Amino acid sequence: MMTGFYIVISANNLVKKIVGLNVFQTSVFMLYISMGKVNGGTAPILVEGVTTYSNPLPHVLILTAIVVGVATTSVGLALIIRIKRAYGTVEENEFENQDDAI
Amino acid sequence: MGDLIDLVLLAMLAITALQMIFLKDLFAVVMLFGIYSFLSALIFINLDAVDVAFTEASVGAGISTVLMLGTLALTGRKEKKSSHSSILPLLVVCITGAALIYGTLDMPPFGHPNNPIHEHVAPRYIEESPKEIGLPNMVTSVLASYRGFDTLGETVVVFAALIGVLALLGVRRQEENDVPESGFKAHHVLHVVARFFIPLIILFALYVQFHGDFGPGGGFQAGVIAAAAFILYTLVFGLSRAFAVVGPKFLQALASIGVLLYASVGFFSMYKGGQFLDYSKLATDPIVGQHYGIIIIELGVGITVFAVMLSIFYAFGSQAERSNIQ
Repeated sequence: MMTGFYIVISANNLVKKIVGLNVFQTSVFMLYISMGKVNGGTAPILVEGVTTYSNPLPHVLILTAIVVGVATTSVGLALIIRIKRAYGTVEENEFENQDDAI
Repeated sequence: MGDLIDLVLLAMLAITALQMIFLKDLFAVVMLFGIYSFLSALIFINLDAVDVAFTEASVGAGISTVLMLGTLALTGRKEKKSSHSSILPLLVVCITGAALIYGTLDMPPFGHPNNPIHEHVAPRYIEESPKEIGLPNMVTSVLASYRGFDTLGETVVVFAALIGVLALLGVRRQEENDVPESGFKAHHVLHVVARFFIPLIILFALYVQFHGDFGPGGGFQAGVIAAAAFILYTLVFGLSRAFAVVGPKFLQALASIGVLLYASVGFFSMYKGGQFLDYSKLATDPIVGQHYGIIIIELGVGITVFAVMLSIFYAFGSQAERSNIQ
């Protein structure tokens, strides 16, 4: 998780920042899913003779979170493409020089 | 044994993530991200979350990676050397990490059945959902029925993302340009293999869609897998031929039809005298009603996710094609 956070803060390239954000997000998902695990339980799909199941609630929440995550990622990437078109760069430190030119 | 697998997977995960920091070649970074997603899907399987693993593998490793590669095609694959020092970010990250680890010290023991998370509604879902809804897959029952409102919200968010991307990029209909066929499009092997695989992928997507009530799967995964089939078609045969198969306008209509289908099930159940998204009223037998409701809303979710993912890919693809011509 910390690596993702580190990439978000330190990377100059905006695409790399998005990758970092996704890494960050996946590790948060992992925290939730690990809380739902029950020792000796199986996947929450009804099978005869099994009484212990893992908690289905975090699974549902994270499943939808993944899909929403890809939706936001795609909007972010679209923004990056527009930034590239407007400024000609996706490197953060190169913007400052160009802001005056507008 | 399970712990050992977890440990190995987590170690590989950490190595992949760390490598992402140091690589300057963004193409490699994105590919590593795909690997990272697959590894985390394996960990999810080990933690009994088969549905989540399925979604992570198809969405995280599949669609996200494709979209990032599409962006790289436009923005260039090299990251420039950063000029400012990396000590301050490292310090901030270390402090946050230490705080989080301090926080996890208070966590209840891993996997213990009496943890607080297993106390409130979860036992009810596990015990009652087979009787009330009659579906073996509890994740589907909770997703589509008990928390149907949430899922409607997610579907609308996905739809909103489509509107955002289209507002930013837009899909331009390419007039038939006479660029000589090159690269992917000239390979006969790819054509034959793609023709063979695409029907199988679509068949698998339909299986995932309609079998999601009984095993892992459902509308979200099926939509993404079906979109992957068409993305393969677009990559091999080109954007203009893909537009002839499913046009962007048709997809936009399809995306809204999915959301409307979902919402109309809710209104129909109100009309029948129940509450919004109360499927028990859809048929005389409440369990049959639940089944109808879940199949229809999963279909709505599947249609929306398929149409949105493919439209977003079209938007990125047509941008890339435009910049190639210039």
